[in-house]
Amino acid sequence: MPEPTPTAPKKTNRIGLEPQPYRGGKTTLCAGCGHNAISERIIDAFYEMGVDPAQVVKLSGIGCSSKSPAYFLGAAHGFNAVHGRMPSVATGAVLANRRLIAIGVSGDGDTGAIGIGQFVHAMRRNIPMIYIIEDNGCYGLTKGQFSPTADLGSTLKTGVINDLPPLDTCALAIELGASFVARSFSGDKKQLLSILKASLSHRGMCMIDIISPCVTFNDHEGSTKSYAYAKDHDEPLGELNFVPFFEDISVEYDPGTTREVTMHDGSKLLLKKVAEDYDPTDKLAAISLIHETVRRGEFPTGILYIEPDKDDFVTLLDLTAEPLNTLPLDRIRPSREALDEIMESLR
Amino acid sequence: MATSAGAAHEAADQPATRRIVNDFSIQVATVNGSGSQTANLVLLRSLFQMGVPVSGKNMFPSNIAGLPTWFTIRANKDGYIARKKEVDFLVAMNPETAKEDVLSLHPGQAVLYDEPLKLNALRTDLIFYPVPFDRIVAEVCKDAKLRRLVKNMIYDGVLSRLLGVDMAQMEQALRKQLGKKLKAVELNLGALKAGHAFAAEHLIKQDPYYIEPMDRTAGMILVEGNAAGALGSMMAGVTVVAWYPITPSSSLPETLIAYMRKYRVDKTTGKATFAIVQAEDEIASIGMVIGAGWAGARAMTSTAGPGISLMSEFAGLAYYAEVPGVVFDIQRVGPSTGLPTRTAQGDMLTTATLSHGDTKQILLIPASVEECYTMAIDAFDLAERFQTLVFVMSDLDLGMNTWMSRAFPYPEKPIDRGKLLDAASLRRLGEWGRYQDVDGDGIPYRTVPGDGMAAYFTRGSGHNTKGQYSERPDDYVQNMERLARKFETARSHVPRPDVEDAAGAEIGIVGYGTSHWAIDECRHQLARESEVRTGYLRLRAYPFTEELSAFVDRYERIYVVEQNRDAQMAMLMRMEMRPDQIAKVRSVLHYNGLPIDARSVTDDILVQEGLKARTEVHADVISAGMHAGGE
Ligand SMILES: Cc1ncc(C[n+]2csc(CCOP(=O)(O)OP(=O)(O)O)c2C)c(N)n1
Ligand code: SF4
Repeated sequence: MPEPTPTAPKKTNRIGLEPQPYRGGKTTLCAGCGHNAISERIIDAFYEMGVDPAQVVKLSGIGCSSKSPAYFLGAAHGFNAVHGRMPSVATGAVLANRRLIAIGVSGDGDTGAIGIGQFVHAMRRNIPMIYIIEDNGCYGLTKGQFSPTADLGSTLKTGVINDLPPLDTCALAIELGASFVARSFSGDKKQLLSILKASLSHRGMCMIDIISPCVTFNDHEGSTKSYAYAKDHDEPLGELNFVPFFEDISVEYDPGTTREVTMHDGSKLLLKKVAEDYDPTDKLAAISLIHETVRRGEFPTGILYIEPDKDDFVTLLDLTAEPLNTLPLDRIRPSREALDEIMESLR
Repeated sequence: MATSAGAAHEAADQPATRRIVNDFSIQVATVNGSGSQTANLVLLRSLFQMGVPVSGKNMFPSNIAGLPTWFTIRANKDGYIARKKEVDFLVAMNPETAKEDVLSLHPGQAVLYDEPLKLNALRTDLIFYPVPFDRIVAEVCKDAKLRRLVKNMIYDGVLSRLLGVDMAQMEQALRKQLGKKLKAVELNLGALKAGHAFAAEHLIKQDPYYIEPMDRTAGMILVEGNAAGALGSMMAGVTVVAWYPITPSSSLPETLIAYMRKYRVDKTTGKATFAIVQAEDEIASIGMVIGAGWAGARAMTSTAGPGISLMSEFAGLAYYAEVPGVVFDIQRVGPSTGLPTRTAQGDMLTTATLSHGDTKQILLIPASVEECYTMAIDAFDLAERFQTLVFVMSDLDLGMNTWMSRAFPYPEKPIDRGKLLDAASLRRLGEWGRYQDVDGDGIPYRTVPGDGMAAYFTRGSGHNTKGQYSERPDDYVQNMERLARKFETARSHVPRPDVEDAAGAEIGIVGYGTSHWAIDECRHQLARESEVRTGYLRLRAYPFTEELSAFVDRYERIYVVEQNRDAQMAMLMRMEMRPDQIAKVRSVLHYNGLPIDARSVTDDILVQEGLKARTEVHADVISAGMHAGGE
């Protein structure tokens, strides 16, 4: 009789789920596309933080980047909306059910061009969601045209030169009222994972611009959104560490060289060896940092700005604690007496 | 209802050759921003309180102050409350339009005017009542700054005396209109009485028009269609509202906000059971509605034509990805900005097929304020039942004007959330696919995020029955055919038309929305004046139900009456008709921005029937050129 092989204990996370529900369908994006690496980090972050996929909604606009919600968190409801309008759909969803954890994925074209209006107002409203821009400086899905984050002076394969300056979505988001603004690089596994985990502890708009090279149309030399350039010119704000509130905080940090931010849920965000005593809760400092580094042809990465206690849109609307979508009839249909009273007032 | 017999006597003791009782129209010509709305509504309400069927129509400019405005009040003992084309009694307060207004009157009609305008010099075949408004107002209102606001109340006082409208009713209406603003009540009351006293002392009644108490409004209410739509939405249990301001829709969400704050804030916690967002534009509005509907909320927006155009792309997504939501379209005159403060039924065709590709949308078409209310409730149920947008096609005339109505009934049906997958239905189905037609009616089961049931991926791109991305020709065709099947199912669920047959009649009239009121009266005119009998079918929804085809078969000639240039509904009808049916269809079109009136419809039908010459037909009275500020 063969020995029964002992079954290895299954790997599970904090809430007892295996990795499977966090994975998605097989990607159809180009091999090496930065967007794929981002999907993997999203899977890791949600798994490690023990977020229940059944409570997650993943939304997107249109573009290669916007296809990616199909490739992570298969057990979550997904919504691939229309080009540039993901923010409004996400807004509606979180109003319908305030307990949902919303993650939106957009592209630099989807956000910076057709969707800039909805981007502006989503930031302004501080919608509680994670808003990722997979920023490759071009339109991938429509084959390489310039996007509004394309570098000034960059050249298309056809020889057309971009003579407009790029817009900076992080500077915009900070200015507009987002309460968590970060920038990272799809190739920086550790930093991106930290930022994503931190964003899951924040309540409010978490806008994360992730440089994500398009290997097919915009990975050439000189593009600031290429792998080579990003690796060389990425200026991290010191090492970023995030300690979720369910982990033991005490072991990790050394107060002398660390700036600590307490998140909404009690988690700690730690910025180690921060350049020039960078304070991520100082709005002006954040904006000038972006401008200064960009002038040097570099881009700062890390959590650029955070305002942990700012009211999000759901709070501002003073909604009842229960999700609106499941309120029972007697709470959403006024009584007979109420209607009678109204009718009387119209007589 | 309190009525006064004394009122009629007071006026009756003055000389008048013939008496026309409770059957005439008053038109007040003023400039907007002059506070005339209060005076007009007080007059309207007084007649209503006296039991006389009445309607009021405000024809206002797209501008905040200083441009011409006309308000027409029609009293009609038989209950015909469409706009009356002829003005019987003109109140000319606006120097800019006074001349043209007076010149367009028929002989024998009455003009009450601001004395310095000297309108009596213009014609000899009218009855003139000069009133020195400035002098009277100076006596009753010491504060010169307030005079402009109460001046209009004087014509109410004069009319009260001339027409025999009970002053007690006027006062009651004024108090109702101004509510708790006591100082304003005092001032206006003074002006009202001064007008009445002036008329009693200085004017001799020469016109034949009288108001006498009746009992045809007992228990009824006065309300605008937009308020009714808001009420219906609240009673339907709406929880998420996103909107962007636009005339003539804004008052719907604005009234809704007021009602929701009063009736939908949790008594114990003080928290809202609703979210209302003024969005950045109509694209965002419909996006929020779709996001909320997808996540299981009852969501709505309200807009007008320009907003409908902007919503087009999202409307296709909702159709194809099957997301519920309610959209009110309070139609105004297009194309483009068009006449933003004038009424039309001009969005029917666009909205029925709103968005690119093969899309078909469900439309509900209210004709009355009561239907604005009941159809709002129906719309939310249908949207969830069919997992699609439902458009409530109101218009400016219905939405912004004050209408009398029966009191609205409390909704007796529980709300219908449609096919939401739950554990029981899953057991029955065995396996679930988001876009699988398990019941043969084209309607699949859906899950909503957070409900603990299986997740799926919603997309506007091609998908198979499981919701997976697919470009396969067979998947595409099967899905589109199922959507068509679903639309077929909707035919038997949408509100059925109202049909009134006339045995032996050759003419059948088809109408919808506010055209109903003119058609109703036109049928009466045709029968009484020309002995032409007609059948009538009032459409209440798109897709059409089986009654329409049967109705067309029963008549020789079908007149489709609508308020647009291109016969939009007739076009939609033709898409589904047999050639022999198509050959019967004719159109009566009214699209000058004014609410359609019976006389225009009657004349048009008589002309097309060869019973009247085109040249005998008069044009509409309000022809003054207006300069609209764009919005
Ligand atoms: C209304 C509309 N206009 C244009 C398009 C075509 N389109 C699809 S994706 C895209 C650009 C996507 O670029 P980006 O958001 O940067 O995403 P990427 O593909 O680079 O990840 C465009 C223009 C569309 N889908 N819808
Ligand atoms: S075209 Fe560019 S953005 Fe699109 S999948 Fe390929 S690499 Fe990624």
